[in-house]
Amino acid sequence: MTKPVAIVIGGGSTGAATAHDLALRGLKVILVERGEIASGTTGRCHCLLHSGGRYCVKDQEAGIECIEENIMLRKIMPDGLELNDGLFIAITDSDMDYKDKFIAGCEACHIPWEELTPQQALAIEPNLNPNLKAAIRVPDGVFEALRFCLSFLATAKKNGAEIHPYIEVLDLLSTGQGAIKGVHVQDRTSGRVYDIEGDIVISATGPWAGDIAAMAGASVPIQPTPGVMVSMNQRVVNLVVNRLNKAADGDIIVPQRQTSIIGTTSWPVDHADYIPVPEDHIQMMLEKGAELVPGIRQARMRGVFAVARPLIASAGQADGRELSRTFECFDHAKRDGVEGFVTITGGKATTARAMAEKTADVVCRKLGLDAPCRTRDTVLVSYREYYI
Amino acid sequence: MAWQVQFRVFRSSRGEVPAHFDPFTVEIKPDETVLDGIERIWAFQDRTLTFRHACHHASCGSCAMRVNGVEKLSCVTYIQDVTSDGGTLVVEPLRNFPIVSDLVVDVSPMFHRMHEVGMPIIRSAEPLGKPENFNCFENCIECGMCVSACPVMLTSNQYLGPAALAAAQRTIAEPRGVDVRSIWQLADDENSVWRCHTAFECGEVCPSNGDPAGAIMALRRRLILERIKSLFGRGILARQRGG
Ligand SMILES: Cc1cc2nc3c(=O)[nH]c(=O)nc-3n(C[C@H](O)[C@H](O)[C@H](O)COP(=O)(O)OP(=O)(O)OC[C@H]3O[C@@H](n4cnc5c(N)ncnc54)[C@H](O)[C@@H]3O)c2cc1C
Ligand code: SF4
Repeated sequence: MTKPVAIVIGGGSTGAATAHDLALRGLKVILVERGEIASGTTGRCHCLLHSGGRYCVKDQEAGIECIEENIMLRKIMPDGLELNDGLFIAITDSDMDYKDKFIAGCEACHIPWEELTPQQALAIEPNLNPNLKAAIRVPDGVFEALRFCLSFLATAKKNGAEIHPYIEVLDLLSTGQGAIKGVHVQDRTSGRVYDIEGDIVISATGPWAGDIAAMAGASVPIQPTPGVMVSMNQRVVNLVVNRLNKAADGDIIVPQRQTSIIGTTSWPVDHADYIPVPEDHIQMMLEKGAELVPGIRQARMRGVFAVARPLIASAGQADGRELSRTFECFDHAKRDGVEGFVTITGGKATTARAMAEKTADVVCRKLGLDAPCRTRDTVLVSYREYYI
Repeated sequence: MAWQVQFRVFRSSRGEVPAHFDPFTVEIKPDETVLDGIERIWAFQDRTLTFRHACHHASCGSCAMRVNGVEKLSCVTYIQDVTSDGGTLVVEPLRNFPIVSDLVVDVSPMFHRMHEVGMPIIRSAEPLGKPENFNCFENCIECGMCVSACPVMLTSNQYLGPAALAAAQRTIAEPRGVDVRSIWQLADDENSVWRCHTAFECGEVCPSNGDPAGAIMALRRRLILERIKSLFGRGILARQRGG
């Protein structure tokens, strides 16, 4: 029997995890990405393996997704994560007022938490603001975005997937009867233009999902919502440090390798291709970051970057902070009357595996395949094997 | 105030000979980076330009390239440090890797070697005087800049190269569960530590305190010490020879 062919567009965390899931379920997967792997949103994200703490008060659905996936990723990506936990620290009275809500949120989302006295917190992280009033420890972690994607892709390749970076989708191929049968692409390394046909096309193009859907005459309610991050030339903490309050600009420092990344801001844009960094955001990151860890003032800035979240829009939102961080899989047969085409977007890198599971369920149902998800306990191979 | 900088960018399509340079004039602020400029060329001037990038904060290693003849991590290379207003930047792909197109090189040969050495990427973090045992990704970001700068790599594609030798030294010094016997063998070879000409170019360009040159020297010292020990029937080399 020949395998059904699934074409995945996009080599960020979502496309990578989707390729892995579908390959494990026995489909022939062909993934195309117009640039380098992780060159879209995923590469430039904050690299926080969310515990769910940042969402547990306002967006509990996202909070629960995060902690479930966090625990699962620890099992399937054991050698690819910095696992030092995270602290939510209170500095002002307003932060202290938030503490009970936060603890209730952790409980509601089943996020393990532990309250530390300021002395205990300073014993673990001496560089914290010495005036902190309270600290709560949660199982945050840190990944490295390119290698996060490569781990999924290396494993997908082992299971027969073809991964093609530098191939851009120019158009979708239509059967002429309201269905999509493949992609019209250009190999950007040679200029060659050709077609790839398959049984289903999955768009995992993050904030570009609207562009791809438009090629099918379909739509997705995506709101590209960038954020700015500033990386410093020192690792000032070992645990992730969050402000114990509702999400705000510059309320988190993520340590990674030899750096500390302060983030982030949030504002809507029309298109995700090029995001200029608003200059005032940089200064704000440095000031807000120094409220958490005063040593930020002595560290030197190493890099500044911005990239757009693929947030699913709903009515009446302003800066994007109010939009849910959960994900959605759109079957365009139901939504727009277009068969053979599915979009998966929204979500987080942390929840990429769950996004892939949901998408692959939809794909299998559409293709009439009875293949259960196996990504929950399949340990991924080393990212280096992507190149082997 | 934005500067005007001319980027002279290496261009080659898969299989196209000869390659050439394309000039692009870019308005760019002195405190923006070379990668910002290249991304802007792609976004607004030439959508066919291909280049590698992902994290934009010196952690993934993919945006390494040669800027005015020197290996740089383009995401943290500031314009003011490599040119001036009205100046020129010559941007080329890394050397000693097969070129795919424009600034994109095929890094798989290096990852093959890194995989052979098998260095785990997680290690204990530099302690900040803490009671707990934190972990942290290895310093080496596998950018390949040391491989590009190495004059020995230019002459021999058999050479294991600075990144993999530095990884071998890291693993031997701190095995973290890895069986180091095969790594000793890999290192103690004519195409390995003994091929290095101690040009030290690799250490000059490393963006990540990887000190590959220092690591190779340390590996040599270890190997010599082991050889002396093995003369007296002790040490890991003696045990290997004995089976
Ligand atoms: C500022 C910020 C901080 C964040 N921090 C975190 C965090 O700390 N932790 C976390 O878990 N999540 C974080 N996120 C969210 C997370 O980064 C994203 O939700 C996730 O990376 C999206 O992945 P994706 O694969 O869906 O999209 P992308 O990574 O954008 O992938 C889509 C890919 O599609 C490709 N593409 C587009 N058009 C085409 C075409 N025509 N042909 C072929 N390919 C195409 C693009 O090149 C791109 O690589 C953050 C997001 C932002 C913006
Ligand atoms: S040793 Fe340094 S230059 Fe070489 S690959 Fe590692 S980080 Fe790059």
